[in-house]
Amino acid sequence: MRLGILVTHIRAEEKLLIQAFEKAGIQPDILLDRELNIDITGGAGQPAPTGIPWQDYDLILERCVSTSRGMYTLAILNTWGIQTINTYQTAAICADKLQTSLALSRCHIPQPTTRVAFTPESAMQAISDVNYPAVLKPVTGSWGRLLARVNDRDSAEAIIEHRQTLGDYNHHTYYIQAYVEKPGRDIRAFVVGDRTICAIYRQSDHWITNTARGGAASNCPITPVLDDLCQRAAAAVGGGILAIDILEDADGQLLVNEINHTMEFRNSSAPTGVDIAAEVVAYTLNQVEVRV
Amino acid sequence: MCPECDAELNIPADAMENEIIACPDCGAELEIISLNPLQLELAPEVEEDWGE
Repeated sequence: MRLGILVTHIRAEEKLLIQAFEKAGIQPDILLDRELNIDITGGAGQPAPTGIPWQDYDLILERCVSTSRGMYTLAILNTWGIQTINTYQTAAICADKLQTSLALSRCHIPQPTTRVAFTPESAMQAISDVNYPAVLKPVTGSWGRLLARVNDRDSAEAIIEHRQTLGDYNHHTYYIQAYVEKPGRDIRAFVVGDRTICAIYRQSDHWITNTARGGAASNCPITPVLDDLCQRAAAAVGGGILAIDILEDADGQLLVNEINHTMEFRNSSAPTGVDIAAEVVAYTLNQVEVRV
Repeated sequence: MCPECDAELNIPADAMENEIIACPDCGAELEIISLNPLQLELAPEVEEDWGE
């Protein structure tokens, strides 16, 4: 069995995964995205940066912190028929909040009220339509970057003008959500294949609860309702290894907010007691065996 | 030595090439370019598409 891990560099998560592979008796090849130089028409017989032909890999686990590098590489590898986790299809949906919302909508999965507009005027109207406060997000991006809670018309006008003037075209797609009054926390659930292996609450005094922004992690029990929602949400984007961000609204209803396809989990194994890296590795090895 | 502040660094025994570590003195993120011989560089700046 020959496995590769595609990385931008090795963070805590990738180190945990490599150690878990080694514990399972597998030495994965580390593939650096900065070293890729691929002939698009050259096919899978051309060598990877390791010198080994791409076609000799049974599976590539994509763990790039660079979304674009990871996604395009998945597109190439899947076009060549090389098995990857996750697939390009799943990554492309999860990397784009608008595409994620559409996928969730197609499968009737509850999510915050969301509107999209493309001009300052229509964006102002869309914000009014979801009511203040609203949340503006770039359609691509992570770690809570450039999220804006818009409390009134003045701040909406200011943020839109800044985005029109300072942002590239990506920031001229206005993805607008109704602000969800959540109980000082959200939920991040980890889905590996057809199992919701664990979940954490992310508690914060700030409305942005990402652990990358200082949110504190504690164990969140997996109830049948949460499990069902996570399974349906994962299936809606194509499945694989995913982290699903969920909001609890004032009525206690669970709303799927975002889905992450190269999840970070360094702070989540300790509070949940689940060895997430070992779960990911077991699933990955099983996928290779299934295919073989 | 940290390439940013010259602090002495303790490299973990299980360190890997291309691993990101933080300098305990100045907080700079560093990438281990090579383990033998040890070579460190400042880690790349976070780009707009970085994340999960």
